[in-house]
Amino acid sequence: MKKTVSRRNFLKGGLAGTAAVAVIQNKEAHAAQSFEGYPEGMGVLVDLTRCIGCRSCEAACNKEQELPEPAKPFDDYSVFDEIKHGQKRRTDETAYTVVNRYDVPNLDHPLFRKIQCNHCQEPACLTSCFVNAYTKTPEGAVIYNSKVCVGCRTCMIACPFYIPTFKYSSAFDPRIMKCVFCYDTRLKDGKPPACVEACPQEALTFGRRNDLINMGRQRIRETPGKYVEHIYGEKEVGGTAWMYISSVPFDQVGFDTHVPKEPILNSVKDFLAIVPMVLTIWPGLFVGFHLLATRKEKIKEQEKEDKEGQV
Amino acid sequence: MRIFSKERPEIPIVHHLKADGTEWTIKEKLWLGLSIGEYKKQFFRNPVNWLMMGIFALGVPLLLQRYIYGLGAVTHASNDYPWGLFLGFGLFGMVPLSASGFMLGTTVELFGRKDFHPIERLALLNGLLGYFFAVLFLEVDLGMPWRLPYPMFVSLGPAAVLFLVAWHVATYLSVQVAEVLPAFFEWIGWLKGKRVIRKMVLGLTIAGIILSTLHQGALGALFTYAPAKVHPLWLSVNFQWIHFFCSSIFAGLSMIIISSTLIRYFMAWRCDDEFKDSLDYITIGLAKGCSYSMITYLIIKIVAVAHDQEWSYLLTGWGSYYMLELGVAVVIPMFMFAIGIRHRYVGLIRFAALIAALGIIWNRLNTALICYNWQLYQEIPHWKEVWITITIYSLYFLTYRFIVYRLPIVYGWKGEK
Repeated sequence: MKKTVSRRNFLKGGLAGTAAVAVIQNKEAHAAQSFEGYPEGMGVLVDLTRCIGCRSCEAACNKEQELPEPAKPFDDYSVFDEIKHGQKRRTDETAYTVVNRYDVPNLDHPLFRKIQCNHCQEPACLTSCFVNAYTKTPEGAVIYNSKVCVGCRTCMIACPFYIPTFKYSSAFDPRIMKCVFCYDTRLKDGKPPACVEACPQEALTFGRRNDLINMGRQRIRETPGKYVEHIYGEKEVGGTAWMYISSVPFDQVGFDTHVPKEPILNSVKDFLAIVPMVLTIWPGLFVGFHLLATRKEKIKEQEKEDKEGQV
Repeated sequence: MRIFSKERPEIPIVHHLKADGTEWTIKEKLWLGLSIGEYKKQFFRNPVNWLMMGIFALGVPLLLQRYIYGLGAVTHASNDYPWGLFLGFGLFGMVPLSASGFMLGTTVELFGRKDFHPIERLALLNGLLGYFFAVLFLEVDLGMPWRLPYPMFVSLGPAAVLFLVAWHVATYLSVQVAEVLPAFFEWIGWLKGKRVIRKMVLGLTIAGIILSTLHQGALGALFTYAPAKVHPLWLSVNFQWIHFFCSSIFAGLSMIIISSTLIRYFMAWRCDDEFKDSLDYITIGLAKGCSYSMITYLIIKIVAVAHDQEWSYLLTGWGSYYMLELGVAVVIPMFMFAIGIRHRYVGLIRFAALIAALGIIWNRLNTALICYNWQLYQEIPHWKEVWITITIYSLYFLTYRFIVYRLPIVYGWKGEK
C-alpha cells in the first residue's frame, strides 16, 4: 500500500478516519492535489497512419500472456468483418488486445486501430475498486491482483474504454482479464511489451510518456496535413500511458471523443465529500429533532409526576 | 387460512400458554400450533405454494448450474453490461424498497409518532429482509462469492464508493437485526434480551438514518463512475446520490403500503384488531410521506436537467422515454396519493403505492441496464438470469411470509412483554 496515487491516499485518509478508524492505518498524509502521473512512467504512442492491420500484436500478446488459442488464426483477416450487437470486436477473456478495421469515407484505404488497456494516469478501475486489487506502478502499468478480487465488476463499469473483461466461464477461479502492459514479464525490467516488439511497421513506439507526447507533437508539426492536431490520451480522462495520433478525426475510427478530460474519479467526488458531513452532522441533528419532537410528552410526564408528588 | 376454527381458540398462537395452561414448545410454535398433517393440508391448499414449487423446481437446478459452471452458463456473460438483473433488480431495486425500516423507525422512535406504532415492526422486517436478500442477490452475482468479507477484513479500498456500500449495508443489516430481535424475544419468551435492545433503540434508529442516507446515496453514486456511459438524463454527476436517496423514501413507504395491504387481506387471521383498525389511518399517513418526497424528487430531477443543460435531450427518443418514466412512475402516483389523501380513498392510495414501487424498480433498471450504454446497444437478459432472479425473489417472499406467520409483527404478543 506504499506507492499508490497520492490523491487516493488522501481520500483514503479522509474516509478511513470516519468509516473504519480501527482497521486502517494511514501514516502518509498528503495534501489534496491533482496527480499528474509518475514522471518516469512509460507509455506507447500508436500511429494509426502506420498500422496495416496485420494482427502481429494480437498474436504476440496471445503468446506472451499464455491466452487460449483463438478459433480463427491470427492471419485470418475475416475477423475484421465480425459484428456483434452492432459493435466491432472488443477485448474479452481470451484477448487482451484487438485490432479493428475502419472504412473512413473519402479515404482510399481503411484504417486500423489497436485497442488494449490505455493504462490511465489516474485509472477509474483502480479508484472504483473496493478491495484495492489494482495498482498503478511507477513504470506506468495498471496491474491487477486476482488474489483479492471479489468479482464485483465495478472496474468494468468504471472503465471509460470498455477494457477490463471478466472470466465468466469459470465458477471456481474467475478473475478480471486485462492487458497489464506485460508488467511481470517485461516492463518491470525496462523492456517494451510484446505487442510493441512484434509490430513490423513501427506503428507502436515505446518510451517515457513525456517523451512520447513530444514525439507525437513533432510528427504532427513536421508533416502538416497528415495528422489531425490532437494526441488522444494526452488529456483524456486525466491522461493515459497509451496515446494515439491519427490522420482522421478520432470519432471516425471508433474512439469515444466524449470521455471527460479529467479523471473519472472527479465525477465521484461530489458524493465522497458529503460522506464525512453526514457522518458527523446527522447524529446531532437527529438527536435534536428527537428532543424537540418529544418535548411535550416530557413536560406532560413531569407534570404528572409533580401532581403525584403533591397528593 | 381456513384451518383456524372456533373450536380451537388458542390458534393462531398469541400467547406462551395453551388454553389448558401448559406452555407451547418452540417446535409447536414453529408449526403454528397445527399437527403436521394439518400443516401439510393448509400448505398444499394454497395455490401460491404450488406456484413457488414450480419456480423452485427449475430455479434450484439453474442456481446449481451457476455455481458449478460459472456466471457465463446462466447469463450472456456480457463485458459491456457487467451488471445484469441480479444487481439491476436485486440490489438497486430491492434496497430502495427496503428503506421502510429506517423511515418508520425514525417516525415512531425519533419523532415520537406512536400512532404509527402498529406498522413499525412490519416496516423494520420489510427493511431487514429486503437488505438480506439484496446481499443474497449479490452473492449470486459476485464472481467470487466466498470472498464477500474481503472488503471488510482482507484488502481494503476505502476510497471507493462500493467500499461504503459494503460497510454500510453490513452494519445496517446488523442494526436491523437488532431492531427486529424484540419481536423474536417476545415469541421465544426471553425478555431480558428485549430490554437490552430497548435501551439502545434511539442509538440504533439514528445509526439507521445515517447508514441509510449514505448507502442509498452511494448506490446512486456508483453510476457516477460511468459519466460517459449512462444516458445523461439518467445520470446527474452532482445530484445522483440525492436522487437515489430521495426516491428511496417514497419507495420504502410504498412498499410497506403494499406489504401491509397483502397481509391485511390474505393473512387477516394473523393481524390483531389494533393493526386492522388503524391500517387505513396509517396508510393515509404513509401516503402523505410519499407525496411530499415525490414532489421533492420530481423537482430535483428537473433541477438536474437544468443544471446540466440537458433540455435538448428531452426532444429525442430517449427524452420521451425519460418523460414517460417521470410521468408514469412519479407524476401519476403523486396525484393519486394527493387525491387519495384529500378524499380518504385508501384504495386509490394502495394502487398508487403499487405504481410507485414498480416505478422505482423501473427507474433503477433504466439506470443500470436500459439506458446504461445507450450509445452501444440494449442487452436483453438471458432467460435463465430472469428465472434465477424470480427464484431468489420467491425465496424472499417465502421467508417474509414465514416470519409474519409466526413472530408478533402485525399482532401484539399477549404473553409477558
